[in-house]
Amino acid sequence: MKYSILVNEGPYTHQASDTAYQFTKAALEKGHEIFRVFFYHDGVNNATRLAVPPQDDRNITQRWSELGAQHNLDMVVCIAAAQRRGLLDEDEAKRQGKDANNIAPGFRISGLGQLIEAGIQADRLVLFGD
Amino acid sequence: MAKLHTVNKSPFERDALEACLRLAKKGSAVLLIEDGIYGAMSGTAISDKVKQAMSDVSFYVLGPDVAARGMKEDKIIDGFKIVDYNGFVDLTTEYDGVHAWL
Amino acid sequence: MSTTKKFLYVNRKAPYGTIYALESLEVVLIGAAFEQDVSLAFIDDGVYELTKGQDTKDIGMKNFSPTYSALGDFDVSKIYIEKESLEARGLTLDDLLDLKYEDEDDDYAEKDSIHVVSRDELADIMDEQDVVLSF
Repeated sequence: MKYSILVNEGPYTHQASDTAYQFTKAALEKGHEIFRVFFYHDGVNNATRLAVPPQDDRNITQRWSELGAQHNLDMVVCIAAAQRRGLLDEDEAKRQGKDANNIAPGFRISGLGQLIEAGIQADRLVLFGD
Repeated sequence: MAKLHTVNKSPFERDALEACLRLAKKGSAVLLIEDGIYGAMSGTAISDKVKQAMSDVSFYVLGPDVAARGMKEDKIIDGFKIVDYNGFVDLTTEYDGVHAWL
Repeated sequence: MSTTKKFLYVNRKAPYGTIYALESLEVVLIGAAFEQDVSLAFIDDGVYELTKGQDTKDIGMKNFSPTYSALGDFDVSKIYIEKESLEARGLTLDDLLDLKYEDEDDDYAEKDSIHVVSRDELADIMDEQDVVLSF
């Protein structure tokens, strides 16, 4: 079956990203296809490469990046939500005249249309939020 | 269409479980995850309401979230099925769609 | 992309206290371009999103409620409000924005977008959906 995953909350404050990760991993291990993982609202904060969680804790962003690399996941961060919250990739940083970018490997920034497409293309859209 | 409803909030803090039970159709399923698992415990202010809903709706609870919170499986209301993340995935394929109650 | 699916946006949160209502509306507006079969449901505190007379100037936030009135122009014309949620909050239709759309199949007659439905009717509507996005 083809899945799309929507993550609506940021890391650590809410469990949403953790549950989404465990669900996605289980779905992949069962041989399902993940069409896209879309990050919205504070969920865009899952994509920052600048977080430094304590060593005895999970690194939520790195975990997504690794799962993404392993399974070639399309991990999309909503551009409108990202701009509000200071998440930038290299192109966006240049376009907005900012002196840095902070997006982690494996994530890409794109429009909300990608979420609608994810809903259209997948057999199931599974949403994790608050 | 029979839907899988997910609830991730404690019924003592938010009305997500209540809203879900109010609007879930007969034949659908409710999966309690994260803080939602407290709604699966017996002997609470909400357990009678959950038991009543069991005649129309199937109930599941995510075991890893129960264990993480130190809740005992023998305190879970009779009729709940305990699933892990694999079981969660299976439920999303068995039902026709997923409705997350946030 | 020829598939048409039934999309339902479920709004259950009041505006301004959190960003969900505003960012939900942003999805609806973008989604309108995809020509899917779109419905919106406002239940529980979500009904507060549609109140008339919102004035945000003293809280320093943008009043996004006028945007709901533009939904009709985006062919978003199926807006369902749960009767029980309205009543529980002491509200009536008169307290809400008057949302209209022009029905192109009926000589562009202006019609109400808002439908107040009972719990059972709303349960049926929710059950028919392919994709449910909750905010």
